[in-house]
Amino acid sequence: MSERGQQKVAARLPAAGRRTGVGPQWMAMGQPAEKSMNFGPSARRLLDRLRPHRGPLMLIVALAVTSVGLSVTVPKVLGRATDIIFAGLIGRQLPDGITKEQAVAGARAAGRGTFADMLARMDVVPGRGIDFARLGQVVMLATALFVAAGLLMWLQGYLLTGVVQAAMLRLRADVEDKLHRLPLRYFDDQPRGELLSRVTNDIDNIAQSLQQTLSQLLTSLLTVIGVLVMMVAISPILAVIALVAVPLSIVVTRKIASRSQKMFVAQWAHTGSLNAHIEETFTGHELVKVFGRQREMQATFDERNEKLYNASFGAQFVSGIIMPSMMFIGNLSYVAIAVVGGLRVASGTMSLGDVQAFIQYSRQFTQPLTQVASMANLMQSGVASAERVFDLLDAPEQTPEPAAIGGPVAARGRVEFEHVSFRYREDTPLIEDLSLVARPGQTVAIVGPTGAGKTTLVNLIMRFYELDSGRITLDGVDITTMPRPQLRGQIGMVLQDTWLFRGTIRDNIAYGRPDATDDEILAAARATFVDRFVHSLPNGYQTVIDDEGNSVSAGERQLITIARAFLADPSLLILDEATSSVDTRTEALVQRAMAALRSSRTSFVIAHRLSTIRDADLILVMEHGQIVEQGTHEQLVTAGGAYQRLYDAQFTGPAVDQEEEAGPVVRPRIAVPG
Amino acid sequence: MLVRLLRTYLRPYRRELTIVVLLQLVGTIASLYLPSLNADIIDQGVAVGDTGYIVRAGGWMLLVSLVQIGSSIAAVYYGAGAAMRFGRDLRSAIFYRVGDFSQRELAKFGAPSLITRTTNDVQQVQTLVMMSCTMMVVAPIMCVGGIIMALREDVGLSWLVLVSVPVMVIAVGIVVSRLVPTFRQMQDRIDVVNRVLREQITGMRVVRAFVREPYETDRFGVANQDLTSTALRAGRLMAMVFPLVMFVFNVSSVAVLWFGAARIDAGVLQIGALTAFLQYLVQILTSVTMATFMVMMAPRAAVSAERVAEVLDTETSVRPPAESTRPTPDAAGLEFRSASFTYPGAEVPVLRDISFEVRPGETTAIIGSTGAGKTTLLSLVPRLFDVTGGAVLVDGVDVRQLDFEVLWRRIGVVPQRPYLFSGTIASNLRYGDPDATDEELWRCLEIAQARDFVEEMPGGLEAPIAQGGTNVSGGQRQRLAIARALIRQPAVYLFDDSFSALDLGTDARLRAALRPVTRDAAVVIVAQRVSTIVDADQIVVLEDGVVVGIGRHEELLETCPTYVEIVGSQLTVGASA
Repeated sequence: MSERGQQKVAARLPAAGRRTGVGPQWMAMGQPAEKSMNFGPSARRLLDRLRPHRGPLMLIVALAVTSVGLSVTVPKVLGRATDIIFAGLIGRQLPDGITKEQAVAGARAAGRGTFADMLARMDVVPGRGIDFARLGQVVMLATALFVAAGLLMWLQGYLLTGVVQAAMLRLRADVEDKLHRLPLRYFDDQPRGELLSRVTNDIDNIAQSLQQTLSQLLTSLLTVIGVLVMMVAISPILAVIALVAVPLSIVVTRKIASRSQKMFVAQWAHTGSLNAHIEETFTGHELVKVFGRQREMQATFDERNEKLYNASFGAQFVSGIIMPSMMFIGNLSYVAIAVVGGLRVASGTMSLGDVQAFIQYSRQFTQPLTQVASMANLMQSGVASAERVFDLLDAPEQTPEPAAIGGPVAARGRVEFEHVSFRYREDTPLIEDLSLVARPGQTVAIVGPTGAGKTTLVNLIMRFYELDSGRITLDGVDITTMPRPQLRGQIGMVLQDTWLFRGTIRDNIAYGRPDATDDEILAAARATFVDRFVHSLPNGYQTVIDDEGNSVSAGERQLITIARAFLADPSLLILDEATSSVDTRTEALVQRAMAALRSSRTSFVIAHRLSTIRDADLILVMEHGQIVEQGTHEQLVTAGGAYQRLYDAQFTGPAVDQEEEAGPVVRPRIAVPG
Repeated sequence: MLVRLLRTYLRPYRRELTIVVLLQLVGTIASLYLPSLNADIIDQGVAVGDTGYIVRAGGWMLLVSLVQIGSSIAAVYYGAGAAMRFGRDLRSAIFYRVGDFSQRELAKFGAPSLITRTTNDVQQVQTLVMMSCTMMVVAPIMCVGGIIMALREDVGLSWLVLVSVPVMVIAVGIVVSRLVPTFRQMQDRIDVVNRVLREQITGMRVVRAFVREPYETDRFGVANQDLTSTALRAGRLMAMVFPLVMFVFNVSSVAVLWFGAARIDAGVLQIGALTAFLQYLVQILTSVTMATFMVMMAPRAAVSAERVAEVLDTETSVRPPAESTRPTPDAAGLEFRSASFTYPGAEVPVLRDISFEVRPGETTAIIGSTGAGKTTLLSLVPRLFDVTGGAVLVDGVDVRQLDFEVLWRRIGVVPQRPYLFSGTIASNLRYGDPDATDEELWRCLEIAQARDFVEEMPGGLEAPIAQGGTNVSGGQRQRLAIARALIRQPAVYLFDDSFSALDLGTDARLRAALRPVTRDAAVVIVAQRVSTIVDADQIVVLEDGVVVGIGRHEELLETCPTYVEIVGSQLTVGASA
């Protein structure tokens, strides 16, 4: 979330932070914990998305309760088995034929009071060994219990995965759907990386934390409760001893974790600074070498590498202490339970099997507890991510589509701007009260310095943005009264930005018209000189364009985008710097193809190199959102205005970069060949 | 690969690793001793009602616990030390190795890949070492120790250990070995989903312009569905792990009780020993489970190790001369003598039989369409690549016979991509010459037509520069890169398309200002604009790696059709429709 948003929300909810950041954070160490702005409502909304799965969810809860209930009783039952064995062992040592009472009395008489107490509590038959029938029953019972518990637990996990994944599938689909309904302005305002991170990292994070917290939180909580109940039932005194270990381990982990947290932050900081240096050195490799700076770079590397080593050693060591410490605390309570339990068995107030069961319970107790604690962090970060995704889902959408207009689909191509005003930002005027008419079949060229509003003008025809005032008509119809797809379907656009998706060259060309035949695709590729370079590629049209576009050059990418528009065969054509990356010789060839494409339809051409638009029917010279001059090339040259200046600058030296000032240039004219 | 890497880079820390093993041995023995003491409490304390013995044994247990935590913490200390030093050394080894690489090796890996290998891949291997020191070392010790202790308690029951351990390893191994590829596949599918979203966001205008929203939604739907089905499989496998482990645990415990009971009844086993045995089994199985999980991590680290080793095993193709030659002062300048260059593995040479000479005080321009080999040609001079045929001579000596320092001192390069380093304007300029004074810096900035904007920047020479120079405009970056080369006062200037971002006026002024300072230097300019090079002493026209024309502007207009085409395309409309 942006800082601005953070402050806004924080101001609205001053107490929101207090609820967050609970529990030891050692599980999610390393990443500084993300805080959500509005934990409660966002968490509720996230859970709301599971609402359609209420039925399975209720079943899952029921399964979890049952399976935890069953598994919690297993140690107790196994304790019973120990008792039976112990009783058999003692019973065998006693003389045959006497009753238990006689044996107790005998022991007491022999001065073994403690033994007598223990014996009194036990279920022994003097002279008889282990009761294998009963032991067998108990063992069978235990087996049945844990098999059932295991199966139920597995079933619960299985179902839960289904619910969570179905919810995530829907969330991702909703987000993707939303993207297409957001106005383009939204994409302009959001830093691209930020938006990408929302739709990718944040969604991944939600999926992960949802899966983990839901499945573990429930069972862990239930286990803690179940174990606690069992422990108290067996021996309240031992339960108290076992419980002492809990705050102890929480305090210890917190102490260590807060320390290691700091060290991990330092570790990440040093990792960042080392990586930055590595990146810089490797990207600037040739310069580092040619300017003979290798030694300095190595010295800096060594220094940062050493710092990283120190920081990460500290972090790893301190965080590595947590496990042994927890084990130590576990052992302490183990010793305490063994001693106190032993004393109580000896004094006859507790059975041996119960002590054994208790030891198992105390081991089962701490683990889910730390799990719950670590989950708090995970939940925090998951809800924070959910909040960012909800932000996106809540963003205002573009105006809804009007009903489709009947009549001829193919436009004749008369475009008219009537007193159009538009600004991206309220305080910076861009296009003010602009009017123009492009007649069917005309080629309209738009020239002018960067920032003059050339691209904005054509974006308005596409209705990428809504006007502030005035209107644009296509064949006399206000473009806002027709659905956007209907409008855009009639316009072919080649953008400055040569966007291609990962796929074959063929598929990328076919993007312009999915139902095109291979022959049509080939024809479009031939006309736009794509065919020429595709032939030199080993896989031809099946060559996959990858993300970095390594397989084709920038110029070639641009040619593909031209072929794509060519294939779409629109009624109206918009070319925004369509050949800026193509080298000048190829450009000349492409121009020839474009001329054919343009001849029968209205086209808007934004061009960098004036040579490419000299034969336009109408040239508009824009400056600061205004059309300062218009006319044909000849008219404008004779007029000697802004166009004349631009033209002179270029034709004394081609390819002026208009980002820099293009003032009057005094240079000898180059002899034109021929 | 992994083993070799570990053996080489852990060698200096053998002492630490030995200490770790010894400490873990002590710690494990201590924790194995605890159940045995507990057994004694039962057999000699509880069973006979000796409370004094119970308390004494409890004291012992406390002491053993202390030994255990002490040695565990010490083991973490030495283990973390060894693992982190290992990582540090490995990073350093890669960094130094890459430092020796020529452009060829760098291009082979690509800078981003090398960065990942130095950082993430080393991290992976380092984590494995760390985990090994803490957990994987413990598992076999615990296993062997546990078996010995179990045998001590009762030989007759030990077959249970021999059965349950392999059962656990196989059970966990089967699930986890399916889990690992599923997770990998899931990551791949997450990447696909993210890529589609990325494409949609970056290409939003195109998508809308072509009204392809429904198509995009379908495309995303397929990726989303694919991801979900893999995530389901992974989640369901995960759901099996814990119940499965618990199942093996419980079955083993029950078996111990059942078979143990028979032996107790027969009088060959004491009840305390049975409890101890049970606990040993649990400890053994726990450590075996942990180790099985850890082992599953190894393949990932092995892949990383391979990627690291690949870098370390790559020798630079540009080696320093065995015997260096001094430059000959009377043969100053730059010469390409039938220079050819072919990328390794490529069939077609990038450059073929290039010959021309640039004398001091002369300017040679190189022009040609993209992909003609212009940049590669320049890279041969500072030996970013070495020729695969012919030779490049600086001051009359083959560059391959000059010491790197000597060679590079003679050359001033302004690359096509004018990269600046993070720091300040001054620190970037002093890249050219660390000893340059502020006055010299200003003088060079003035020649490079950069004085005005540097003066306007807050801090002037000390104005901060972001990595890559992203906080100044393309044109400013180019001018700073030119100033950086000027500071060096080299004998050979190489300008690779260095004026493209400048407007014509600045371009002209800059080249006029350059003329006096480069009076004694050989200057090579690669350019796209004809206007930049019309007055060069010599223009070399490259086409597909071959020289197709050489001469002055006027001569080439007469003799070289390619040149005429280039000039024509920049001046006139291609066709009159």
